[in-house]
Order: sequence, then structure tokens, then C-alpha cells
Amino acid sequence: MRSASDTGAAEPGGGGGPAVVAAAPAGAGAPGGDRVAAADPVGPAEARRRERRSRRYRRDVRWSPYALVAPFFLFFAAFGLFPLLYTGWASLHQVELTAPNEMHWVGLRNFSRLLSDEFFWNALRNTFTIGVISTVPQLMIALGIAHLLNYKLRGSMFFRVAVLTPYATSVAAATLVFVLLFGRDYGMVNWALGQLGWGPVDWQNGTWTSQFAVSTIVVWRWTGYNALIYLAAMQAIPPDLYESAALDGASRWQQFRHVTVPSLRPTILFTCVVSTIGATQLFGEPLLFNGGAGATGGSDHQFQTLGLYLYEQGWVNLHLGRASAIAWTMFLILLLIGAANWLISRALRKETT
Amino acid sequence: MSAKTTAPAAPRSAHRSRPRSAHRAGRQLHGGRLAYAILILFTVGSLFPLVWTAVAASRSNERLAQTPPPFWFGGNLFKNLKIAWTDANMGTALLNTTIVAGSIALGTVFFSTLAGFAFAKLRFRFKNLLLLLVIGTMMIPPQLSVVPLYMVVAELSWTDQLQAVILPTLVSAFGVFFMRQFLIEALPTELIEAARVDGASSWRVVWHVVFPAARPAMAVLGMLTFVMAWNDFFWPIIALTQNGSPTVQVALTGLGRGYIPDQSVIMAGALLGTLPLLLAFVLFGKQIVGGIMQGAVKG
Repeated sequence: MRSASDTGAAEPGGGGGPAVVAAAPAGAGAPGGDRVAAADPVGPAEARRRERRSRRYRRDVRWSPYALVAPFFLFFAAFGLFPLLYTGWASLHQVELTAPNEMHWVGLRNFSRLLSDEFFWNALRNTFTIGVISTVPQLMIALGIAHLLNYKLRGSMFFRVAVLTPYATSVAAATLVFVLLFGRDYGMVNWALGQLGWGPVDWQNGTWTSQFAVSTIVVWRWTGYNALIYLAAMQAIPPDLYESAALDGASRWQQFRHVTVPSLRPTILFTCVVSTIGATQLFGEPLLFNGGAGATGGSDHQFQTLGLYLYEQGWVNLHLGRASAIAWTMFLILLLIGAANWLISRALRKETT
Repeated sequence: MSAKTTAPAAPRSAHRSRPRSAHRAGRQLHGGRLAYAILILFTVGSLFPLVWTAVAASRSNERLAQTPPPFWFGGNLFKNLKIAWTDANMGTALLNTTIVAGSIALGTVFFSTLAGFAFAKLRFRFKNLLLLLVIGTMMIPPQLSVVPLYMVVAELSWTDQLQAVILPTLVSAFGVFFMRQFLIEALPTELIEAARVDGASSWRVVWHVVFPAARPAMAVLGMLTFVMAWNDFFWPIIALTQNGSPTVQVALTGLGRGYIPDQSVIMAGALLGTLPLLLAFVLFGKQIVGGIMQGAVKG
């Protein structure tokens, strides 16, 4: 049955068609090709062997797809699905890092405690603000850069590679550099501001300033990557759309607004979702922007994100149960964002049609 | 803003050029001066922190604690690199990271090609459901699994050992999807059928037909995965410590937390951790860019 459908798929291939049918052992009585007919007078032993081979073939065709996809699902089950569910289970227990096997059932206490913990709300708020001030400029700049890269340019490949280079830097290396650049006393940013006549800013200790600095690292690392994704989508826009827009008297800017941006809508939505997911998981930048002070996200928790808060609870304060509760809360928030995204995209689609 | 830089495309704007501009409008326009200026500015912004890492790494700690900050290279580069190399164990860390990122890239490419081929070209029950499941797994944040993963790793006494970082990341949903999208077009179904005619088993088809056809995409996926694995941070910092067998990222965290308070040495460490990938970008930048753009359109 499987092989029959397989040959069906090959038939549009023209010349290959008959040979395939002949070779498909399931079709023993099928309109045979010349080769099969010539070899046909066979003894019972040969027939048995052929029967065996055809059975093996059918088994192979039938089961090998599962064998091919199995590794992914096995690894995912072991290192993705099982931990996911077990995190939920652990979030209902008191578990300490020092003795991860001793679990005491506490019901929803980890969650209720979380909701009355001001540091949780603080981390949630910080995650949100840092997420907004890193994602929004990042995607808007990326869109502009992609538009420029879409022109015919000398050395366009150089620009593309250069723009993508920050993507090759690790969170750790990038953050360490930016810590120096944003240094209060000797940092280059404050020096430049000083040249312009503005006083030095304490980038690490202010709430907004520190969040701005952390966002800068994110924007720096990811804008070029997003620009390339937009560029790819732009190059897939059929040129006659622009042609007819130009014939209708649309300026370049109008073409960008009314042809480019609408055509990119699915891609923009995709990058929004990906960036939002990335923003909720922000961890390395705030951890290392803190210098030696650990996982508190600044002296006053001013840039502690949810990811960092989870790490602090689990691996600094050793409460794995609470860390699990934070993880599940993050997951629920992501699901909410996903649902909101879906609703927004549906509304947008209705608007355009 | 960029609209100003380009030739007027609106037919109304210039009588003489009406037919020409209308004809040209659909084609790619040459970038104007402003386009170049903005792009160069953006490029400088992209590259500056990297270059400055090297500048700071070539200076002394005292020089970094002065204003104005240094803009050009000093003479301490090799001294600082040496301190970072020995004190922060960067040599071991680089080797560990290469092993980790290499294994993850190889595993991801291999398993993704197998699964991608099955999803692209074979027929089997629950195929669409399983593919949806693969895509769905991309949505699960890594935070959600670290606690149990850590318990498992601790139970197996794998903490501080590289397999603790390699195994959980050995397959990737993105990779499966990427290979599927590539193979749908790049691998003619007739080719598979022809191999079948010759009596090839599925494994022989995979080895002799799928792998050769998938090679360009495999290279791209391998590079992307390598970059990602090299820079991975969240799980390695939990599973590995500076005292065991750290990856570069974990070792850098140690530097940043002030085990070595010398800023120029920290920058030397950051440089060491970034240099291999920068080198790869110089050599394969074009392919990496192509890979990201390809994945974007099709993903």
C-alpha cells in the first residue's frame, strides 16, 4: 500500500515511471517492464527469495520513516518533554539544591509565595520594560537597515556580513565589553557625553539607565540578524507590485509603506514572536552587567529579569521548587503572549481583507 | 527618510523620466549617498565594540582607568592574552567549547537531515501531526527544563562534564524544519525512486542520495548550530563550573565576576572567546548570511 502510493508520487516524473512500477515488488502482477518480463521464468526457490525480499522491502518502506524521525523525538522526550512535566511536578514541592531527591509536597504554596513576593513583581516589570525598549527599536532599526540593504549596493555582501557580526559574539563577551563602555568614571559612553557637555550618567545604578544599557547589548547583538531576515523577505516580494504602485504615482516612501511593509507582515509578526520569547528569557546580559554582585540584577534589583530571578532562587538561594514555579509562570506568560499575538494577527488580517 | 536619496520614482515628479522611471520602478534601485552613509554608520556601530575589545585587551588596567579611554592599540596584548590563557584556563575552555559546539553541530546536522528527509519526502501515518509537534517544541523556553535537567545531571554525576551540555542540545527542531524545507525542493523524488529501483534500502537511499543532495544545507545548518552552541550560556553556566571543565562562556563569567580584577585581562579573555567565531565569519560570512536568509524565507 505504501509502495503503491510512492510510485504514484513518482509518476509525474515521466520516463522514470514504468521502471519504478516494475521495480516496486508489491506490483508483482503490475504491467511489467521488459526487464522483469525477461527474467520471469523462475523456479520456486527464486520466487520465494523474491517474496522474502519484497516483504523486507515493504517493511523497510513502512517503518524506516519512523526510524528516521525517532532520534529527534527520543532526545526531545528525554531532554525536553520529561523535564517540562517534571518542572511542573517539582513546582508543587519543596526541593532544595543540596538534596534534590528529597521532595516535600507543598501544593501551590510556591506559586502563592511568588505572587506575594515583591521581587517577583519587580522582575516581571523589569522583564517587560527591558523587553519593550530592546525589542521595539531593534525591529524598527532592522527594518530600516534591511530596506537600505535591499538597494543595489557596492560591497553589499560586506555590509551584510558586517551587520551580522555581533550575532557571532557571545552574551558573555559582549556584556563584558559593554560594562566597560558604560562604566561610570572611565567608560567611553560617559566620556562622549562629557564631550557633548552632559554630565556623567551612572549607568549601572539607575533603574532606567541600567535597563537602557542592558537593552543596548540586546539591540547591538540582534538587530543585524533581524535585518537579514527582513531582507530575505523583501527580496521575495514580486517586483511587479512596485511597478504597479509606481504607475499609480506612489513615491518611494509610499511604496515602502504600502507595498513593502504589508508584504512583510508575516515576517514582522514572526520576528516579533521570536524577539518576545527571547526577551522573556533574558538572562546573560543582566547577570554579567552586574559585575561581581551575583544574580540580584543590580544593588537594588533594578535590572533583575525573570530569568535571573529564577537562577537566583534556584542556584543562589538553592530553592529548586520555587525556581520551578517561576519557570512555569514564565511559560504561562509566554502562552498568554502567544495568544495575544494570534489575536492581533487575526485582527490585522481581517483589517486588510 | 531614505526615499529622498533615491531617484524620483513617481511618474509625476519629472515629465521627462516618466516612462523610464515607471519601467525602472520594479527593479532594484541603486543606493544613494545617504543609504551608504547610514549603512557605514551602522557597520561602524556593529564592529566598534569588537574592535575596541582588542584595543582594551592591548592596554593595561591602569590605562583603562583614565579618561579619555584609549582609541588605539597599546603594547600589552600578548601579555594580557597570556594571563587570560593561563589564569582563566582559556586554553582548556576553548578546547572544551570546540568539542561541545562541534559535537552539537554534527549531531544536529545528522539527526536533522534524517528527520527532515522523512518529513520532506516519505509518507507515513501521523506525519503532519508529528511535524506540528516538532515546530511546537520550538516554543518551549529552556528555563522550563533546567531544574529537572540539573537533577538528572546531578544524579548521573555528570556535573562539570561536557556530555551534560552536549546531550540535551543534540537535536534541534529548527534544524529538522530547516532541512525539511530545503529537501522538499532540492531532492527530486525521482532520484529516490531510481535508487529504490536499484533495490536500495532506506538507509542506502539516505547515505547515497539524501546526504549528497543535502550537503549545502547541511553545511549552513552546521555553521549556524556551531555559532549558537559556541555562544550558549544559560544551561552551561548551570551545568558547568569554572573549576571543572568550563566552556568559554562559563570561563568568561568567572573573569567578569572578578576572579581576575584586571579589566584588560578580562577583555583579552573576551577576545579569545570571540576570535574563533570572528575568524569563521571572515572565512564563511557569505555562507552564514546566505543560510540565515534562506532559513528566514522558508521558515
